[in-house]
Amino acid sequence: MIDTLFAALRLLGSFDRTLVDIVWLSLRVSLTAVVLGALIGLPLGAWLAVAEFRGRNLLVVLVNGLMGLPSVVVGVVVYLALSRSGPFGSLGLLFSPGAMVIAQMMLVVPLIAALTRQIVEDAWREYAPELRVMGFSRGQSMQTLIHDCRHSLLVALLAGIGRAMSEVGAVMIVGGNIDHVTRVMTTAIALETSKGDLPLAIALGIVLMAVVLALNAAAFHIRRWAMRRYA
Amino acid sequence: MFPIELAGVGFRPDGQCVLSGIDLQLDGDGISILLGPNGVGKTVLLRMIAGLQPVSEGRLTWGAASRPDEAVAMVFQQPMILRASVLDNAALGMKPLAFGRRERRRRAHEMLERVGLADRAADSARLLSGGERQRLALARAWAVQPRLLLLDEPTASLDPSAVDAVEDIIRGIRTDGCKVLMTTHNLGQATRLADDVIFLADGRVQEHAPARQFFARPRSNAARRFIQAELPWRIRFDE
Repeated sequence: MIDTLFAALRLLGSFDRTLVDIVWLSLRVSLTAVVLGALIGLPLGAWLAVAEFRGRNLLVVLVNGLMGLPSVVVGVVVYLALSRSGPFGSLGLLFSPGAMVIAQMMLVVPLIAALTRQIVEDAWREYAPELRVMGFSRGQSMQTLIHDCRHSLLVALLAGIGRAMSEVGAVMIVGGNIDHVTRVMTTAIALETSKGDLPLAIALGIVLMAVVLALNAAAFHIRRWAMRRYA
Repeated sequence: MFPIELAGVGFRPDGQCVLSGIDLQLDGDGISILLGPNGVGKTVLLRMIAGLQPVSEGRLTWGAASRPDEAVAMVFQQPMILRASVLDNAALGMKPLAFGRRERRRRAHEMLERVGLADRAADSARLLSGGERQRLALARAWAVQPRLLLLDEPTASLDPSAVDAVEDIIRGIRTDGCKVLMTTHNLGQATRLADDVIFLADGRVQEHAPARQFFARPRSNAARRFIQAELPWRIRFDE
């Protein structure tokens, strides 16, 4: 056990090429998915917070429910959509990092949208009368509320990053876990563990934990700074 | 926009009568004070005039219009303060208007000078005291050059010096030609600011009279009782 741990640390210390490639691809795929997911999820959540229409509550329940969407289900849906006979088969994205980005994005959009809806709705309840008297349109209100809640919304983005980086089922299905092409940290850990190559699996696990902890620490410090700056 | 006319306006949430048969006409100058006991519907009336509360009973018109235009501004008891600088908060009300960003900031800065907050322009607005927040909210409302400013107890829970500063700003806004309609419990403040007083009790307008006349010779018993209870050491009416 100790030998395995030392071997994992040696891999980390030597910046093993395979390990670095896997980590870099994981970060690229997950961060791209979260950025794209945020571009959809933040406005969608804010719109759900301020909009009034028939069926709004149903949509809120649906978005909340999709937060728990099983990743393998997303994997299968994206696989079917991108497979040669699927509607987007001609794009040739299956078994590429692009397909993994799409799958992870589908997982993080409901999460970011649902958390954004809750955060923005609380602010909307407080601010709505004044924004209405000032003549703010819905779009201007959404923009103002997202900006005002930006530090709280960091939590939603963090949750999205956590969901994307720790996800294994969907990327395994749509990416195929191809060495140096679509192999990311989670799929590599699963594969190397099953092969018995524990040092690489443990080294990747350490990196994964370090990334998640670093992001949380950054968010904690940003929020603390914001509390001091904006009370 | 003026005169603002309310004819038979009522408000009955869940069948409970809060306002009933409100007849009122507001002209476009001076400071009108809405007076009355707690829970009588002053804030509801203010929100109706702001267009925030739909009128389910009676008729409310703003001049020839059936809804208020962008010349209405309102300051709430607890004003909205965004997590942004004092200057950005002051400029916020101009965002829906056709001003460029530079013009918005220039006018916001000018208003901050008028309310004595120019030296705090770069500070976080959330760090302001209660009195400073109200001054900021007034600057924000003033910046859009409203023709009607609605104030919902703007000095509640402020200390006397903060109240004094806010009252000076309200006078300044009136001098600028803006009609002010304001709710307050503070009779001292009403005597200092009001050009006319609208007294609400039992869900109705009991009296609408020039301030001097209202405080010297209130016509309704409800108004007499209200004034005597609030200022027993100052006023004794002949029964």
